Amino acid sequence: MKQSSINKYSLAIAVLTLASFSSMLPAGAEDSVTVNISLKDHRFQPAELHAPANKPIMIIVKNLDPAPAEFESNMLRVEKVVTGGGTITLRIRPLEPGRYRFFDDFHQETQGYLVVQ
Amino acid sequence: MIGALIIVFREVIEAGLIVGIVLAVTTGIVRRGRWIAAGIAAGVAGATLVAVFANALSDALAGIGQEVFNASILALAVVMLSWHNIWMARHGRELAAHTKEIGEAVAAGSRSLAALAVVVGVAVLREGSEIVLFLYSLTLSGGASMWELLAGGVVGLLLGCAVSALTFFGLVKIPARYLFGVTTTLITFLAAGLAAQSVVFLQQGGLVTALNRTVWDTSYILRDSSLIGRVLHTLVGYTDQPSGMQAVVYAITLLIIFSLTRLLAPTKRGQRSVAVA
Repeated sequence: MKQSSINKYSLAIAVLTLASFSSMLPAGAEDSVTVNISLKDHRFQPAELHAPANKPIMIIVKNLDPAPAEFESNMLRVEKVVTGGGTITLRIRPLEPGRYRFFDDFHQETQGYLVVQ
Repeated sequence: MIGALIIVFREVIEAGLIVGIVLAVTTGIVRRGRWIAAGIAAGVAGATLVAVFANALSDALAGIGQEVFNASILALAVVMLSWHNIWMARHGRELAAHTKEIGEAVAAGSRSLAALAVVVGVAVLREGSEIVLFLYSLTLSGGASMWELLAGGVVGLLLGCAVSALTFFGLVKIPARYLFGVTTTLITFLAAGLAAQSVVFLQQGGLVTALNRTVWDTSYILRDSSLIGRVLHTLVGYTDQPSGMQAVVYAITLLIIFSLTRLLAPTKRGQRSVAVA
């Protein structure tokens, strides 16, 4: 009796878990907008990026310095290391209009903005 | 030096808290020191590897190697923490009663220790690789001398140990009969927080796109990058701008661990029937 009630519960949990995972599957590749930025002498170039609202955004970060950096932003919810001379791609969710700050976690005074209109 | 110190300290908070909690949870279990030390050592070795091969990791899996790696090790920690809690709910009492006498209980105890050692290893690995890359970056950008970096790193590390010690002594001060309940709850929330962090990496890698809007913004009250924010971020998974999926996964993880711990715990009824038999 007890055993079967455990099974019932674990089945329910398994179904819930599966349901949550299936909603995690990537949606069809929507047309995203790509913007480029580079890091040189611990400065973002350009220091201000522009992108349209409500579209997925891809930011390609090229690190022209020899030192590793970490592209980070709370508002954009990203955190990614870009090694010296390396390039990374960041996938950003569709955003509402606004100014989104990002910075290099290893050199916090190095910052820039993504302006979404 | 202060700059290096602050950043190193910021990075060691999470690992420090986790080590402190694990030390408190495993109080009285034979050979726990060895397991936890092994976890820390493996974490440091792993952190160095990740830092050295950061470029290869970044380029792996069509550019989402970092995201997949971070999401996976966080998920591993979540599984280990959940397993530990569920296992302790089942066997914790017998273990506490017989640890010192029965060889079997000791062997069982080391299984649980191994799970927690993995969690410690993951925490040290994540924070450690950031510290290595950060210090390396500072050396290259010439912002500080070698000695300043070294001093900053060592003091930061000592502060991390202090965080562990504070957490440990704070927890073991709790009367023994409540300690089990408190640590079980702590570990459950810790696991949910790590699960939500794991989601961020899946979203960043584009592997999860559902429910990716920010559901609330409490950054004007408490930033998760502040000191208190960081502590709460580790302990209960506090995030100032979470996505819907983060909130959902957080809730599901809590629900799963709480219900499994409940269901699998030896019930009063079960004990009575054993006594009657």
